[in-house]
Amino acid sequence: MTDPMTDPMTGAARSGDQPADDTACHILHVDMDAFYASVEIRERPDLAGKPVIVGSPSGRSVVLSASYEARRFGVRSAMPASRARRLCPQAVFIPPRHAVYSAVSRQVMAVFRSVTPLVEPLALDEAFLDVSGAERRLGSPAWIGAAIRRQVEAEQGMTCSVGVAPSKFVAKIASVHCKPDGLLVVPRDGVLGFLHPLPTSALWGVGERTGEILARLGLRTVGDIAHAPVATLQHNLGAAVGSHLAALAWGRDPRAVTPHAPDKSIGAEETFATDISDPDVVRRELLRLSERTARSLREAGCVARTVTVKLRLANFTTMTRSRTLAEPSDLARKIYATACALYAGSGLDRQARLRLVGVRATGLVPASAAATQLAFGDRPAGWREAEQAMDRIAERFGNGKVRPAELWRNM
Amino acid sequence: MKFQVERDVLADAVAWTARALPARPAVPVLAGMHLAAAQQLTLSTFDYEVSAQASVPVITDEEGTVLVSGRLLAEIVRSLPARPVEMSTEGTRTTLKCGSAVFTLMTLPDDEYPTLPAMPPEAGAVGADILASAISQVAIAAGRDDTLPALTGIRMEIAGDTVTLVATDRYRLAVRELHWQPVKPDMSAAVLVPARVLVDAARSLTTAAEVTIALSAPGDDGTQREGIIGFEGGGRQTTTRLLGGEYPRYQTLLPSEFNAVAELTAAPFAEAVKRVALVAERNTPVRLAFSAGELMLEAGAGDEAQAVETVEASFDGEDLQIAFNPQYLLDGLSAIDSDTARVSFTTPTRPAVITGKRGEDGPPDYRYVLMPIRSAG
Repeated sequence: MTDPMTDPMTGAARSGDQPADDTACHILHVDMDAFYASVEIRERPDLAGKPVIVGSPSGRSVVLSASYEARRFGVRSAMPASRARRLCPQAVFIPPRHAVYSAVSRQVMAVFRSVTPLVEPLALDEAFLDVSGAERRLGSPAWIGAAIRRQVEAEQGMTCSVGVAPSKFVAKIASVHCKPDGLLVVPRDGVLGFLHPLPTSALWGVGERTGEILARLGLRTVGDIAHAPVATLQHNLGAAVGSHLAALAWGRDPRAVTPHAPDKSIGAEETFATDISDPDVVRRELLRLSERTARSLREAGCVARTVTVKLRLANFTTMTRSRTLAEPSDLARKIYATACALYAGSGLDRQARLRLVGVRATGLVPASAAATQLAFGDRPAGWREAEQAMDRIAERFGNGKVRPAELWRNM
Repeated sequence: MKFQVERDVLADAVAWTARALPARPAVPVLAGMHLAAAQQLTLSTFDYEVSAQASVPVITDEEGTVLVSGRLLAEIVRSLPARPVEMSTEGTRTTLKCGSAVFTLMTLPDDEYPTLPAMPPEAGAVGADILASAISQVAIAAGRDDTLPALTGIRMEIAGDTVTLVATDRYRLAVRELHWQPVKPDMSAAVLVPARVLVDAARSLTTAAEVTIALSAPGDDGTQREGIIGFEGGGRQTTTRLLGGEYPRYQTLLPSEFNAVAELTAAPFAEAVKRVALVAERNTPVRLAFSAGELMLEAGAGDEAQAVETVEASFDGEDLQIAFNPQYLLDGLSAIDSDTARVSFTTPTRPAVITGKRGEDGPPDYRYVLMPIRSAG
């Protein structure tokens, strides 16, 4: 999720202005506008035009997505929910429904893939596209970007923004700059004019820490970085980061769009409202997260080879423990049993207070390729069927209508 | 103690007895081989679980007993030239002479060596080769997971002149029936013998024509809580402790009705499974598709390597697709001991039964029951 920024005057052109020269700008970055919030608003028209925040309203969770009405109050993604509530008390908080978002995401990605096979998803709501092979068939990159925007809006009733540029990182910055509901072409000879006035934080890889170091060197814009000696950058940031930033500042980004499996892992984590030391409560949370993880696995049509548990202590010390399953699985029951064993084997003493627990499934393989050796006495219909039945109930009546008895307590 | 013995006779007896030497002895004396010279020479080893004892003819000059390192004695005897061997004990030293070679061995404290369990009462006798082949047929299905100790055993059920051997690891089940000559014609017993020990015992007794089985089931004898089983043949005897624990009620696992039956020539079927399985990753199946007159075997999926092969098969039933762990399937095909494999099915998620081709006289004496693999999709 990216935030709208004021559009600096550059050599770039927004859609609707004079058509910019998009020759050799064959990289598209497509980013859904306030994706989770838009999905929710689409399903509840009464929310249209209101500040909507997706994220659990409890004090210590974070904002996953905010509608542009909420952003006007300063609400941003990844901001603590408590702060968002202070900034925008009238906002409607909606608990996230990841299953729905991934379903919509798959449909949106399908639109991208109808344009080019070279689609590199970055998240559920954004992807890079290399359209160099589609130009003869579909038209110029800007034309293709506009067509994608029309099709997504027609099919999903949601808007997206498209950055068109000669390289990936410029395309990404371009889409940020035309949000929401825009298209921005950065022509090849306009790249430096576009980049150099931007603050250093616009560059990929410049976070808080790197930004501080750059500020200490007196470098505030991308242009400052471009004109600083590479040796100075390398000396202060390390050889690799220094030369990387120098290259980006001159618009050099040779990375190709590489399609890959969108999901390398599936998981869920939960920050407790207050730090927890009761192992029963921790295990109950692991069960809930295992249920969620397993459902996402089944939705994605995947089974996981490895289960990882993440435990964050009150002092933010974080540990992860993994175990590979005898057979890849998408069953909550198995994931939960493994997660509990990992938790038990973590060596935490009973007084250890946990701030966050997470369950993650990795080593994903398509379920069609996975197999279960049946044992004598296995019931022909077992936990797999029970959990699939839960999936169908959740589809019709909503999540959590059927859940393990353990999770009916204290809910 | 002093005796003379033929080199080959001694070598065979020492090698056989040394099988029961523990790799990591619980107490040092268990690393010893006990020799007792009287009219015969009796060699013994014991690791509290398994005992082995062999008797060979010797010329005894002076009766007596000695305990020496079993591993060292076995290595020495194996390397001796083909000349008569003389062994004698003086004080704490034992001397072994063969041709011009002379070895001096330290003796271990004989009086600390445990008494071997007494051979239980004889229960019956069976041909040594029949027993060995029957046991190897079922042992392939025995579990290797020590967390389920009962499944690491072979169950022996005795009902009159019929012995039924059963093993299962929860994924497959092997059942073999054989006839023997019981001492009491109405004998009835069921015991669980560690599979590894039983295979070894049966194989090592095939030098004899017939093997005597001796049994004291748990509770038979007030002094022995766990019960032991003994095997004896050709001057050799071995005992082992029986396993405890509940054994699954395997009869209920044997399907009684089938929807389809295939008959294939066993060797080409097994060869095809081996070839196709080359592309099957760990834990992934070979998929079998049976239709009239043929079987198509497939393995591998998706982006990975794949293999397909077709073999002739007579098939009676509706077209059927089923998948198995290739190694489990091969184990069964090699165990049926028949040119023709007969595979019976109910459904793709129910057990299949592999047998040799049925003889004229009723049901086959060996059945290998195999659970399929179900794809998660």
